[in-house]
Amino acid sequence: MTQASPSITLQINGQPCTVAADATLLQAIRSAGLQVPTLCHLDGLTPVGACRLCLVDLEGHPKLEPACVTTAAEGMVVHTHTPELESYRRMAVELFFAEGNHVCAFCVANGACELQDVAVEVGMDHSRFPYQYPKRHVDASHALFGLDHHRCILCTRCVRMCDEIEGAHVWDVGYRGSACSIIAGLDQPWGEVEACTSCGKCVDACPTGALFRKQDATAEKQPHPERAQQLAEARTDRRWHNQ
Amino acid sequence: MKAAISWRCCDATSCRAAGAAALRHSLVAQHGAERVKSVGCLRLCGQGPLAAADHEDGRVELFGGVAAERQLDPQHPFFTLQRSVVLERCGLVDPGCLEDALAQGAYAALAVCRQLAPKAVVEELERSGLRGRGGAGYPTGRKWQLVAAQPGSSKVVVCNADEGDPGAFMDRAVLEGDPHRLLEGMAIAAHAVGANEGYIYVRAEYPLAIERLRGAIAAAEARGLLAGFAMQLRIGAGAYVCGEETALLHSIEGGRGTPRPRPPYPAVSGLWGLPTLINNVETFAAVPAILRQGGAWYGAMGTATSKGTKVFALSGAITHTGLIEVEMGTSLRTIVETMGGGVPANPNGSLGVVKAVQTGGPSGGCVPAALLDTPVDYEGLQALGSIMGSGGMVVIDESLAMPELARYFMGFCVAESCGKCLPCRAGTVQLEQLLDRFVERRATGADLVQLEQLCGMVKATSLCGLGQSAPNPVLSTLRFFRAEYEAAIAGAGP
Ligand SMILES: Cc1cc2nc3c(=O)[nH]c(=O)nc-3n(C[C@H](O)[C@H](O)[C@H](O)COP(=O)(O)O)c2cc1C
Ligand code: SF4
Ligand code: SF4
Ligand code: SF4
Ligand code: FES
Ligand code: FES
Repeated sequence: MTQASPSITLQINGQPCTVAADATLLQAIRSAGLQVPTLCHLDGLTPVGACRLCLVDLEGHPKLEPACVTTAAEGMVVHTHTPELESYRRMAVELFFAEGNHVCAFCVANGACELQDVAVEVGMDHSRFPYQYPKRHVDASHALFGLDHHRCILCTRCVRMCDEIEGAHVWDVGYRGSACSIIAGLDQPWGEVEACTSCGKCVDACPTGALFRKQDATAEKQPHPERAQQLAEARTDRRWHNQ
Repeated sequence: MKAAISWRCCDATSCRAAGAAALRHSLVAQHGAERVKSVGCLRLCGQGPLAAADHEDGRVELFGGVAAERQLDPQHPFFTLQRSVVLERCGLVDPGCLEDALAQGAYAALAVCRQLAPKAVVEELERSGLRGRGGAGYPTGRKWQLVAAQPGSSKVVVCNADEGDPGAFMDRAVLEGDPHRLLEGMAIAAHAVGANEGYIYVRAEYPLAIERLRGAIAAAEARGLLAGFAMQLRIGAGAYVCGEETALLHSIEGGRGTPRPRPPYPAVSGLWGLPTLINNVETFAAVPAILRQGGAWYGAMGTATSKGTKVFALSGAITHTGLIEVEMGTSLRTIVETMGGGVPANPNGSLGVVKAVQTGGPSGGCVPAALLDTPVDYEGLQALGSIMGSGGMVVIDESLAMPELARYFMGFCVAESCGKCLPCRAGTVQLEQLLDRFVERRATGADLVQLEQLCGMVKATSLCGLGQSAPNPVLSTLRFFRAEYEAAIAGAGP
């Protein structure tokens, strides 16, 4: 028997929904069988509210709030797909495509990329914003893995995965604004960072083709977004404790 | 003419840059070191370096220029319309001398407060109606009340002295001119909310402010004035976003200065997860006067919703550049035309014309000349799509085109975005490029549509105030100067 935790009831897109009192709006939305796009969120990692795709409209609330970091509350009236939200989301996805170099036809993650999925979900067929074609670099210094910064969307899932789950904290974010990039160690080549255990968790967490296994060719990358949650749960349940 | 009994020499950043050291030297040579004292900003920074001569009969003479060759008029409205509360001792006391500050009333309010119940102190603040001077204008008393109500015996008071807005130097003037006032305000706050630790977060670009604060903290501690309240200075590298409260707290903790979603608000969970009171320099600096003279006294100044006085940094195309403190509700016209002397005459002798006043820095907007009678308070400016912000006021004349002004501020946001959230990181870049097209007169009608849509998106979806307000200068210039954008489109046509 699970412990009876206090629950609350809210309304999402006109549909009543009962969840645990400490649930986030994202959990509530999913438990109601509904969907809202996400990129920076990964179950099992601390949410950061950075990609802004999961923004929802709360009645009587002046600002849009990210579902992944907002706690559900009794009586909330939530809308996940107003015309305004849909238009903002589409613009956001266009901005993601315009700020990096996302040439899907030549990407390891083609067909298994969350950025692609989100683009399909919001109905983006082209970008209204001119592509920036940033000149970034590819870090191939690691024996097993590579990082193509052109495809990085700065979701920081790799950063949190390595820090919170693997405990190595190899990754961080360096610089600011559009010059932001994921850095390894003290902005060293990844392969030179001794803290890296080569566990591959960051690669599993990456939603795009930015982090990849060297043996993967075009469209061969297998995504494993579920690993963070599996590991986090196994740890809280002490699944490997004294077995 | 009877010789002055003593001289006050401005030794603040702007006057230092204009040659304050040389002026001081010559005054010391003429009158002796004991008759010349260093003080903080004397307000009319544009005429610096400034020196004031105090006469026995109370008369004050004012001089500008390295050789004190320009006699200025202390009876000019620039000075007479000021109402000094926050700056009451700035320009009078020697910021490096605790004795001088004590002689002029510093720490008196703190001594009285410590005899009062914390609740009474918070109530006095609430009575004053003071609102945060860092930009958002949140009621200070309510914020103190929130922190005071948090459980636990470990709480923190933080002073936001990051002041990153272009055109703003109000906080710097307080830090450089009367640092003890800030310490006193913070110590009162600590007593009121039950905090035992304090941090002042200053940007490294303010070396003189840092030096004065260091000296002031050491002197006040040596005297036991801050007993029970441990004060520390934290130097930030100087990123605009580090002024955002949650980013500032991350930075103090030694992390990357990036904002996080609120709630939780710092009042509940701030520095190291402790309940944290964070206020702006000017907000804390108003506190000693409020407690000395009463919340009702302070609340009697200003307008219905915006009480007290506000310090503004006047700059741009204006005759008298400098620092002013006026009652809330003073009209922009009084500030710009009467006090600031309007736009200087053109070289050909024709009178300069005010086109607009930019308030609130990169988060703010432009008030067109036709609306100069607007009273300056939180609501008045907001109704016009601008904001009070922290108090930068840049006067714009006919020589500047509005898309260019908008592009300048957008460029600032592009450079200062922390990069954490997509709309701000990538959206401001696209906005700047769109504005380029208007400035270079190669925009199309579709660009104007795109500009407005993207402004709406960045404003509504960014994580923190930087991105949420980055489109404001564009939206506000579009509101009042749309014709300039439309002309840029016409210019691109065949
Ligand atoms: C991008 C950004 C920059 C800011 N910079 C400053 C600053 O330099 N100084 C300041 O006092 N407040 C700044 N603020 C506002 C603070 O986050 C906060 O609201 C303020 O320090 C609270 O103090 P107050 O209540 O006394 O105004 C900034 C906010 C944002 C979003
Ligand atoms: S492989 Fe493992 S240890 Fe190395 S960076 Fe990735 S998550 Fe961190
Ligand atoms: S490398 Fe991948 S996981 Fe890491 S921030 Fe970039 S897109 Fe996200
Ligand atoms: S709005 Fe800009 S400054 Fe604020 S969190 Fe987002 S990227 Fe950073
Ligand atoms: S998933 Fe919520 S902001 Fe990215
Ligand atoms: S800095 Fe000297 S008058 Fe303002």
